[in-house]
Amino acid sequence: MKPSLSIIAFTTLSGAGFGMLAWTGLLAACGLLPAGAWFGVIAVVVALVLASAGLFASTLHLGHPERAWRAFSQWRTSWLSREGVASLVTFAPGLGLALAWWLAGGAWSVAVAVLGVLSFAAALVTVACTAMIYASIKPVRQWHNRLVLPLYLLNALASGGACLALVAVLWSGAAGVGWAAIAAGFAALLVKLGHWRHIDTTSGRSTIESATGLGAIGRVRALDPPHTEENYLLRELGFRVGRRHAGALRVVALGCAYVAPILLLAAALLLAGIPAAACAAAAAVLALAGLFVERWLFFAEATHTVVLYYGRAA
Amino acid sequence: MQKTSDRAEPGSSRPVTPPPVTQGYFRPRERVALSPEISDTIKTSTCYMCACRCGIRVHLKDGVIRYIEGNPDHPVNRGVLCGKGSAGIMQQYSPAKLRKPLLRTGPRGSGEFREIEWEEALGIATGWLSAIRARDPKRLAFFTGRDQSQSLTSWWAKQFGTPNFAAHGGFCSVNMAAAGLYTLGGSFWEFGEPDWDRAKYLLMFGVAEDHDSNPIKLGIANLRRRGAKFVSVNPVRTGYSAIADEWVGIRPGTDGLFVLALVHELLRTDRVDLDFLVRYTNAHWLVRHAPGTDAHGLFVRDADGRPLAWDRVQGAAIDAATPEMQPAIVGEFLLADGGRAIPVFQLMAERYLGGEYAPENAADRCGVSAETIRRIAAEIASVAFDQPLVLDQEWTDTSGRRHAQMIGRPVAMHAMRGISAHSNGFQTCRAIHLLQLLLGAVDTPGSWRYKSPYPKPILPGPPPVARGCTPNREMPGMALGFPRGPEDLLLDDDGRPLRIDRAFSWDAPIAAHGMLHMVLGNAAAGDPYPIDTLFLYMSNMGWNSSMNPGEAEAALTAKDTGGEYRIPHVIYSDAYASETVAFADLVLPDTTYLERWDCISLLDRPIGSPEGPADAIRQPVVPLDRDVRPFQDVLIDLGARLGLPGFVAEDGSPRYRDYPDYMTRHERTPGIGPLAGWRGNGDAAGKGAPNPDQLARYVDNGCFWQHHHPPEALYFKHANAAYLAEAHRMGLIPNTAQIVMQLYSEPLQRFRLAADGHGPIQPPEDRRAAIRAAFDPLPAWYPPREQTMIEAAAYPLHAITQRPMAMYHAWHSQNAWLRQIHAANRLYLARRTGAALGLADDDWVWAISRTGRVRCQVRLMEGVQPDTVWTWNGIGKRSGAWALAKDAPEARQGFLLNHLISSQLPGGEMSNSDPVTGQAAWYDLRIRIEKAAANETAETAPQPPALVPLPDMPRPPKILRFNASPPAREMRSAE
Amino acid sequence: MTEIPTPLPGAKKLGLVIDLDTCVGCHACATNCKEWNTSGHSAPLPDTQPYAARPDGVWFNRIHSYEAGEGDAGRTIHFPRSCLHCEKPACVEVCPTGASYKRAEDGIVLVNAEICIGCQLCAWACPYGAREFDEDDGVMKKCTLCIDRIYNENLPESGRIPACVATCPTQARHFGDLGDPESQVSQLVAERGGYALMPEMGYQPVNRYLPPRRRGRAAVPEAAHAAGEGGLLRRWIDRALSR
Ligand SMILES: Nc1nc2c(c(=O)[nH]1)N[C@H]1C(S)=C(S)[C@@H](COP(=O)(O)OP(=O)(O)OC[C@H]3O[C@@H](n4cnc5c(=O)[nH]c(N)nc54)[C@H](O)[C@@H]3O)O[C@H]1N2
Ligand SMILES: Nc1nc2c(c(=O)[nH]1)N[C@H]1C(S)=C(S)[C@@H](COP(=O)(O)OP(=O)(O)OC[C@H]3O[C@@H](n4cnc5c(=O)[nH]c(N)nc54)[C@H](O)[C@@H]3O)O[C@H]1N2
Ligand code: SF4
Ligand code: SF4
Ligand code: SF4
Ligand code: SF4
Ligand code: SF4
Ligand SMILES: [Mo]
Repeated sequence: MKPSLSIIAFTTLSGAGFGMLAWTGLLAACGLLPAGAWFGVIAVVVALVLASAGLFASTLHLGHPERAWRAFSQWRTSWLSREGVASLVTFAPGLGLALAWWLAGGAWSVAVAVLGVLSFAAALVTVACTAMIYASIKPVRQWHNRLVLPLYLLNALASGGACLALVAVLWSGAAGVGWAAIAAGFAALLVKLGHWRHIDTTSGRSTIESATGLGAIGRVRALDPPHTEENYLLRELGFRVGRRHAGALRVVALGCAYVAPILLLAAALLLAGIPAAACAAAAAVLALAGLFVERWLFFAEATHTVVLYYGRAA
Repeated sequence: MQKTSDRAEPGSSRPVTPPPVTQGYFRPRERVALSPEISDTIKTSTCYMCACRCGIRVHLKDGVIRYIEGNPDHPVNRGVLCGKGSAGIMQQYSPAKLRKPLLRTGPRGSGEFREIEWEEALGIATGWLSAIRARDPKRLAFFTGRDQSQSLTSWWAKQFGTPNFAAHGGFCSVNMAAAGLYTLGGSFWEFGEPDWDRAKYLLMFGVAEDHDSNPIKLGIANLRRRGAKFVSVNPVRTGYSAIADEWVGIRPGTDGLFVLALVHELLRTDRVDLDFLVRYTNAHWLVRHAPGTDAHGLFVRDADGRPLAWDRVQGAAIDAATPEMQPAIVGEFLLADGGRAIPVFQLMAERYLGGEYAPENAADRCGVSAETIRRIAAEIASVAFDQPLVLDQEWTDTSGRRHAQMIGRPVAMHAMRGISAHSNGFQTCRAIHLLQLLLGAVDTPGSWRYKSPYPKPILPGPPPVARGCTPNREMPGMALGFPRGPEDLLLDDDGRPLRIDRAFSWDAPIAAHGMLHMVLGNAAAGDPYPIDTLFLYMSNMGWNSSMNPGEAEAALTAKDTGGEYRIPHVIYSDAYASETVAFADLVLPDTTYLERWDCISLLDRPIGSPEGPADAIRQPVVPLDRDVRPFQDVLIDLGARLGLPGFVAEDGSPRYRDYPDYMTRHERTPGIGPLAGWRGNGDAAGKGAPNPDQLARYVDNGCFWQHHHPPEALYFKHANAAYLAEAHRMGLIPNTAQIVMQLYSEPLQRFRLAADGHGPIQPPEDRRAAIRAAFDPLPAWYPPREQTMIEAAAYPLHAITQRPMAMYHAWHSQNAWLRQIHAANRLYLARRTGAALGLADDDWVWAISRTGRVRCQVRLMEGVQPDTVWTWNGIGKRSGAWALAKDAPEARQGFLLNHLISSQLPGGEMSNSDPVTGQAAWYDLRIRIEKAAANETAETAPQPPALVPLPDMPRPPKILRFNASPPAREMRSAE
Repeated sequence: MTEIPTPLPGAKKLGLVIDLDTCVGCHACATNCKEWNTSGHSAPLPDTQPYAARPDGVWFNRIHSYEAGEGDAGRTIHFPRSCLHCEKPACVEVCPTGASYKRAEDGIVLVNAEICIGCQLCAWACPYGAREFDEDDGVMKKCTLCIDRIYNENLPESGRIPACVATCPTQARHFGDLGDPESQVSQLVAERGGYALMPEMGYQPVNRYLPPRRRGRAAVPEAAHAAGEGGLLRRWIDRALSR
């Protein structure tokens, strides 16, 4: 599958934004956010800016962005539509949380708790919808599996957590949020490794024989494609990164998206002042950058059954 | 979404109103226009995306072509269209269409031209041509290609006075045409077809697509529906061979041996239709046995020249046509004149029963097991004799006998260029006809059938004419014809060829279609003599149509010591910016097939079927938008300007206004004109006075005419009295005599006798052996010529091409749709062979022949004879031609096998052709393959310099959004 | 509307049946489809770089060729590929706008180009590569089953079939109601063992492919007319033949 910048930006940025909102809501509800009337506001705003940037990026992928408003209509069947609806809906508790927090002067209140939980839930639902856009695509075996949903959720929590930790470190010098982010990072790392293992060790149920139905005659080989030059389907669905290249990128993704942020966040929690801020900043930036690579691979390593018709492996 | 400015939206004439957007948010409903108006006008015509001549219905909307569909009433295609025909719209809107006459300003091949007015163009042409005509008319060489106006062009050449005329058949399929016409009086090629409705077995040799593109597909589908067995003999398993019940992956050039091994088997097992043979062939004719004399091998004839046969009842040689005689087919007989004679059948049986033709002997050479050969022989015999197809249809033969039934041998055969494009193709094709005749499977129910206007007498026409070429005079006869023996060769008193292409010389005595592939080289060499003007029409001789494009370019640009071109003038008529245009001095731009009148005439290559004669026209369907003219109009205009007899009236004024006028008013012989339908008052068919309303009647009838023979005339046409009488009445044949099919060909023997040193006209010493071998009066097999002259081990692979079903030669790379299907080509080879060479799909290799090297990419496959490589024909294009981008895949990844072929055999003395007919031996090619070095450019080679764009050509669009009916769709809310 | 309509009892399931036993791979159905549809319901079917390097275009029907098996058992198969008008078309369900829909009345899967946002999700969801994106206009297109022909009252009755079916020179394409077991297409499928592509995907394609028939090598007993004594020619010496 062709990794397109707009979709990578969409999923990573909105994932981080909604992950950050989820943490903000949850920690606010539990009274674990650093105190201060503006902290919550800033956290929510940063989260929603990230999410909005992601949503905006997604429209760049569209052939008709001016018709994007139509995409909220088919929530009954379409995960993409659900994702759109959920992301818009999530803005309500999110903004409400910021307001309640501010009104409550940075302290716990019932409103904060309620809106915090709602924000948490709505944000995770949104990320889950994003995950399901991919996980529901049957022809792509690298997507259509049980690990994609947790992977998206944990990636969102890890990267969102790193972002929130950064805000917290800048705000008050230290924060328990960091531990949450580290935990999410670990979990995400494990699921990612599991996902890679899964796609490396399984193969699709569909074959060129089942795609053509000619297996009864014998082994099937493509002789000639319909047209001699590449077409839209092959460019879009037939894109595949080379094995060696993918291996190198996996190392980069692993290091940047998970290992480095975990270590840097731990350092930020142990250090203080500017070094801590620097570590936290690096952790957040690397987490996002790493996820860009991870997401690029998520597409570039995915194969679509249509390539079977062209004699390639899916 | 990025929108480019280079969008072409031909057809989108009306503005599109966007529908309201607010409707039906949650449950949007599209209101689909289920019954849109398709068109405002429908015009019928004849397709010309290839030479098959299918009937079309062109739907037009506001003058723009909306849809071209097959005409369901048309006898050729019965409503279907092929892949090419369905892309006609893109041919009409191609940016490569020529726009105006061009005059060369730079050196040949530079592509530098100046646009000129028609008056100037015609003036220049008239100047060149009238000078030639006044001095030495044969210095005009007028050759045409894939056109369908040979009855006009050949007549024009005759009236001009040059013998140097032919169409492209000499490199196309003359082997099929000539072998058939000398044997059956009809032929595969276009003059016959399998009885698609009744055949129970089809044996098809070397056909990828053929001219009868749609009829063959319809026919094969018919066979499959009926469960008939279809065997395809072909080194490659694609296309038709892919769906055959049995694929016989034969080694190229060995079909003759394979077929004669089948003949061996039929004779061995006595599974031959002797009754058919003695009634309808010359099996019983007596052949004089007088070795060493000039009568040896000729038929024994009576004083009136009638061939004789031995009557077992009378014990004497009597007229072989005597009804009810009991002819001997075996034995040696003493003739009244003291000579000895043997019936044809015995000569034939002795020959083919010999061990040389035993399946075991053929198996290795053909790459087909002896078991398979025996089985196929048994199968066809079983179908022919154990499952005869009997029609309860009375008919009368030429001896006046009434038959209650038509007894058919339902084994049909068909063959094309896999046979003809070899230097043994003429004899191989004769071998197939022999096989058909032994089975009694010619024009019987279920077998191969003649298509009207065939059968014709053997031989079908007079010999060729080249003598009597006189300044300012027409030629005394037609340039092409059918030699009966050495006396009909076109040689001067010193034995030198009279024609520029050396057709009908000892190089190719029966070159019935001329030898276009030799014209450029011979003209540049001034051998046999120099010419002044080369006039080409619709033949891409500068590229895919020549055996070797490099040789062609060298000939077209060769200069003499004075710096003048050795071919001083080149006039070319094309409709598109082909490679050849770049080498012309004067370009006469033609119209497209949808812009002009054309005539698919019984005098040329008509659309007749076994049911009866038919012909057709094209009519203009879209108006002209450029300064181009139909070539036929131009030729008629030039004829008048030159004052050619027949083209001017008594007062010297032009006799015909234009081509349609000629189509209606011209008479070749009284009552016979280009079109056979609605003559006279509109009720005469075949023969009749010109009818001024004729074209209107054609248009009313869907642009074709056909006549159905009565059921009693539909089979055994060669000996069917009712058929022959009607065909004669319609002017299709000169008399009603039985057409006796020639197992043994006397004309061939006459040439052989000359090679044996008899008669006044004899081949030069160095040609005798070749002539003797090739002019066997009985079908024979010999290895392809080139292959006996090169070291086989150095070139272990056979290399052949196939017609892609969705491309027609050079025509369709400019077609935006078709070029997507074949923008580049690969060299296909057997997986085993490729593996042995260490090759994988898409690897770059060098294909190396004795004369050339081509770099290309390979693809490995299962379904190909292991010693054979092949590619699609005509995909490679010269960079810059056809209004394509210079880096188009056609130029950078496409290639022509032609760069490996040569028009000369090793030694340069002989043309690389069939020694009988001069048919170009494209498929004799042998090559070897070497892997290209890793650091070589990933680009096909050779890469001749890119051609420069012609003046004033439109810039091709980057995006094409063709839509002849902008949408009038609406949205409607359901809620 | 992207909910798959529950087919009404007796509703048609229109589709194609493609006979791989007779398809010769001529591309007629592909170009004729292009020709009809470029001015049809989903007009136009654009072509990019039509005269340059990397030409590409929107086609609703594409013809592959395959080889199956080796040696004597080997076959070459030409294989047209277009939308299968699935009964469980995820290409419809995933669509966020309702542009991609399946008609209740006949099961045809269509794209409403006026509201399509060009998200291309449906192309991902189709296992068969049957969605064709008009990259220039930013909307998805696909085989319409020639909806503007099959009910078109401006066409003669016999012409109310898809363009690809009408033109196929080997009549390898059949059109009809696969929901009706009595229909000619259903009978053909039953007789010839017609099958669906990638059934494991669960999309339940309506279109069916008829497999290439097994090729029996008709064994014919060798005729026992071989040579008698005195050589083969003697057999014919006394044969009484009459002209
Ligand atoms: N390697 C290899 N080479 C081959 C063959 C092969 O099998 N293998 N086959 C050979 C055979 S059999 C043939 S017949 C030739 C065919 O080759 P050609 O006879 O050269 O046919 P094309 O190249 O298709 O077309 C000739 C020209 O006709 C022009 N043309 C098209 N339509 C019109 C029109 O309406 N009016 C005019 N005036 N011009 C038009 C085209 O633009 C083109 O330049 O190729 C031969 N070359
Ligand atoms: N679509 C399309 N149709 C065309 C044309 C076109 O360019 N495109 N060209 C037209 C023209 S000009 C012509 S002349 C006809 C030609 O029509 P075909 O005769 O079909 O021409 P080729 O493609 O040359 O077919 C040759 C076939 O013979 C096989 N072959 C090669 N060598 C041998 C051999 O030694 N023995 C046997 N048994 N088979 C062999 C090849 O594999 C190939 O399948 O087609 C006409 N129709
Ligand atoms: S076979 Fe195809 S291209 Fe040739 S005339 Fe018929 S429809 Fe046209
Ligand atoms: S038109 Fe018919 S024969 Fe040709 S590719 Fe299509 S299905 Fe096959
Ligand atoms: S083939 Fe593809 S596009 Fe067609 S209905 Fe099935 S899933 Fe949808
Ligand atoms: S591209 Fe259009 S039809 Fe396809 S899913 Fe998106 S909106 Fe629906
Ligand atoms: S049914 Fe119509 S749209 Fe679909 S492939 Fe056939 S011609 Fe094309
Ligand atoms: Mo040809």
